[in-house]
Formats: sequence, structure tokens, C-alpha cells
Amino acid sequence: MFQVRIHGRGGQGVVSAAELLAVAAFIEGRHAQAFPSFGSERTGAPVVAFCRIDDREIRLREPVAHPDALIIQDATLLHQVELFSGVPATAYVLINSTRTTDELGIGEFVDQLDRRRLCTVPATEIALRHVGRAVPNVPLLGGFAAISGLLRLDSVCAAISEKFPARIATANIAAATEAYDNVIKALAGETMHA
Amino acid sequence: MLKQIEGSRAVAEAVALCRPEVICAYPISPQTHIVEALGEMCRTGALPGCEFINVESEFAAMSVAIGASAAGARSYTATASQGLLFMAEAVFNASGLGLPIVMTVANRAIGAPINIWNDHSDSMSMRDCGWIQLFAETNQEALDLHIQAFRLAEELSLPVMVCMDGFILTHAVERVDMPSLEQVRAFLPPYVPRQVLDPAEPVSIGAMVGPEAFMEVRYLAHAKQIQALGLIPEFAADFRKTFGRDSGGLVRAYRCDDAETIVVALGSVVGTIQDVVDEMREGGVKIGVLAIKSFRPFPLVEVREILQHARRVVVLEKTLAVGIGGVMSMNVRMALTQVALKGYTVIAGLGGRPITKASLHRLFADAHADRLEHLTFLDLDRKVVERVLDRERETRRSGPIAENILRDLGVVAARI
Repeated sequence: MFQVRIHGRGGQGVVSAAELLAVAAFIEGRHAQAFPSFGSERTGAPVVAFCRIDDREIRLREPVAHPDALIIQDATLLHQVELFSGVPATAYVLINSTRTTDELGIGEFVDQLDRRRLCTVPATEIALRHVGRAVPNVPLLGGFAAISGLLRLDSVCAAISEKFPARIATANIAAATEAYDNVIKALAGETMHA
Repeated sequence: MLKQIEGSRAVAEAVALCRPEVICAYPISPQTHIVEALGEMCRTGALPGCEFINVESEFAAMSVAIGASAAGARSYTATASQGLLFMAEAVFNASGLGLPIVMTVANRAIGAPINIWNDHSDSMSMRDCGWIQLFAETNQEALDLHIQAFRLAEELSLPVMVCMDGFILTHAVERVDMPSLEQVRAFLPPYVPRQVLDPAEPVSIGAMVGPEAFMEVRYLAHAKQIQALGLIPEFAADFRKTFGRDSGGLVRAYRCDDAETIVVALGSVVGTIQDVVDEMREGGVKIGVLAIKSFRPFPLVEVREILQHARRVVVLEKTLAVGIGGVMSMNVRMALTQVALKGYTVIAGLGGRPITKASLHRLFADAHADRLEHLTFLDLDRKVVERVLDRERETRRSGPIAENILRDLGVVAARI
């Protein structure tokens, strides 16, 4: 079983991101379970959502305490929420930022992590360019497909097409694809920033 | 057709396939997405022949459902938590009058303190109201149970509550197999009411009944629930024939055959427990889990049959019967009359506290070794409790408990 935890703020599409991941996995014929952290969501408040992916039926209902992948939609949450709680050294970590992890000054959190599985993506900027709104969730999913290799970009795009009307879907697919390409390039050059 | 959708959406689509004629709704978390989706289906014409009535309260929701059902319409509503309590009087009336309304309860805690998260306090507060209560383990089962619920309700002329864990199921996006309208039609016959308010053939429903007949009317309500004990497995078997999968029934035993320790539970937590059971079995521990699918009527015979061969039973429940312990434990105890078996009650997951595999492993290991107290509160923070008790000993005007605890914990922002 592969478990993903997504952190962000109300309005950034955290819950939708988990749902899209689950739909993408479903499209690949896998079992998936996405669920939010059940708070009283308000715009700007910290939000967490989870997604489990497996090849058999998922019966487990506990929140994801030890994620195999962590997606951080808003790096400023670092000061407010224990984002890295329970994250093992083998986890994939994707952070929405225009800065590198070194520039973010989060060494204490990421020093233990495998650098080949750690990347930042300017997802908000990519979303603004393609979608016209500061919603980093979809580009980060493209980045997730690239860094984890768990899902194909095609499946993420197909999930986007299911969720959004055609015009918005096209813009989001472009955003996801750009983030995917950036992460692939960054990983090839072993840089820390896509 | 396989779909990857939210639990609420799945239930809404299943309810729509049952072609209800009246849906009345008042929004309350976490059931809101269900009636929102149904409202939209009525508006767009995806659900033809159905009137969607926005009411002013939950009391009105149930009252309108009663009126609609008495007029011969297939009627549906959904609620949760305080909403269920607010409609309580009408809930009793619906069953007392024998009206086959189907209602989803998206299980949620009851205040005070106010809490929107999942536990079973709401449904359990209505356990003796005369409604049939079915509990879903997964979203697939939640949608399947609604289809069975309409058939059961209308066959018996008795209302059915389909209970599904709020947020944990209602807000989870997972794979479901959505049946076709033809399949549902093949399983669910048209509603033929036993009693109907019809101007062409006038009757009155809801007479005052004195001591001369009240006992008999009430006894018949009980007798109907006993009939349901036969119909629930029958319809589940028929459901299997039509839809090709197991859903519902009275109980479901998992790895109980040779189990020395059997855990009894309700709802979605059964899945997590099954995972723990599998892991403990790998370590050689003879443990199983018995899921209660029908809480009302309570399947005394089936529960007894499965439990009597075990050495101990652990009843894990998401409700606290304040002043005694567990609600379900009392029912399980009744099933075990004259059976010598160690019994443990565990209160867990109140107000949405996660029930984790790690905690269940510790708990079941303790139970299996008979190290457990008879009443255990899973993951209760004793230090927090002691601090409140100390404060109350020291100060007369110690203040409100909930607010004091939040201050002690320093809860400022959402944590993981």
C-alpha cells in the first residue's frame, strides 16, 4: 500500500488533490481511498487530506501517520503544523515553492531524506500561468507523478478531465504537464528545484 | 458500473435509483452532500417524479416525510447528530405509525461540547425508537444498504435508518460498483402501501390509543422487528443474486471459526480491525471480528452462535453510555445469557478520535492475555483528566471543563 499525505490551506484544493489522485489510481485499475482530515475548513486554515493506493481492497480507515509521500502545497505551514511528523527517510517529498529546499531553510526537517526523492516546484506560479488562479494542487500532482513514478501523467490528466469542464481541464492538464516535465528535468540534473 | 466517487455521492445516486417520490431535507454536516446531490438531480430531471422539499428544520423534515409516506409516496430524508435529536419526537411517530421512510444517518457525535466528527452517539440515542438500524462498513455497503432498506421498509411497513460513519465514509472517495436502474427495479418492487391517506377511500392514521390496546400496538412493532430478523438475511441473499455481491445481512464474521478472542464492532472501524486481525493471525494469535450489520433488530441468536465458542469477547464501540459503559456490550451480554465468556467493553473513537492500528494491536494483545479492564477507554489521556479533577478539588469555581482542557492542551491550530 502506498500512502500520500497532502498539506495545504483551505482554498488551495487540498481535498480535491487527494480525490484526483484516487481517481487517477482508479483509472489505472487500482484501489484507492481519498479522504480529508475532517476539520471545520475555512479559507486559509491548515487542511490535510490523505490518499491510499493499493492493488487490493483498502480496509484501513485511520489517518495516514507515516506517509510514503508528502505533498506540501504551502511551505509557510512549516511554522504552524508538524508537516514532517511521521515521515520516514524513504518518503517522497514535494514542496510548492519558487525556492530550493536549501533556500527554504528547512534543513532540520529534510536532512534525513533521500535527496533524489525531494523536490520543490513553483506550483502556484505554474497554476497562475495556465489556470489563472493560485491553486497549486493540480501542478503538484503532475510533479508527484514524476517524482514517485507511482502513477502515469496520462492517468492524472484523465482524472483532471473527469473532474473539470473541458476548458478548465485543458488549462489544468497543461499546468500538470509543465510541473511533471520540470520535476523530471530537475531529477535528471539532480537539482533540488523544478 | 465501477466509479471512484465520494461516499455521499454514491448514496445519493443509489437513493435516486430507488426512485423516491418525496425527499425532504435540512442541511447538517456530514450528510449535506447527500441531499445536495439529490436536490440537484431533482432539479436537472435526473431524478424524475420526485419532489424535493426544503424544510425549515429536522423536525419538519421528518414530519413532512411522515405526511408524504402516509399519502403513499416513497419517502427519504437524511440527517445526523443534533439533527436526529431535534426530530426525535417525529422519529418515534414514524415507526409508531408504521411508515416505511428510509433515512440516512451520517453518524456524528452529539454535543455538548459541540463536535462535528464521527461517533455513533446519534444513532444509538435512537436505538429504541422502533426503526430498523443498519450499519454500513464501506461506501459500497452504504449504497447497497439503501437499496435493501427501501425493500425492507416497504415490505414490513416500518422505517429504516441506514447508518454510515460521518466523514470517514461520507467524505471518503473510494471505488463503488453502482448498479443500473434495471437491476434496482428487478430487486425493489413498486411501493404498495398497507395504509394510505386517500380521499377516495378515507381513513384516519394516528388514533389515540388507550390502555386497552396500547400494549398490543407496541408489541406488534416488536413483532415486526422480529420478522425483520428473517427478512434481512433473505433480502441480502436476494441482493447477492441480483447484484453479485455480499452486502448487509444481520452479522458478518471474519476469521471467527477457531478464534479465542472475538472483537465485536459496528460500521467502518471493522475494516481497520480486520487488518489488525490479519496481522495478529500471522503472529499466531487466534482472533476474529464479528461485524454487527443490523443493530435493530439485534440478532441475538446469530451473535450467540458465533461468540459462544470463543473464550472472550471485546466489544468495541463508538458510543459511551454515561454511567455504565457500553451500549452494544449490553446487547451482546444479552445474547450471551448463560454463556460463560470473559467480556470486555472498549469505548473508542469518540468525537472523531482516530482508531489506529497501533492502538488496536496493543488493545487486542492485552485482551487476548486477559490484562484488560472490564471497561477501557482507548487512548484516553489520563493526564488531562487528572488535571481537571485536581483543579476541581482545589477550586470551587473551576470553570467550564471543555474550555479548560483546550487551554491545558494549548490547542491553537489544526494539527495532524
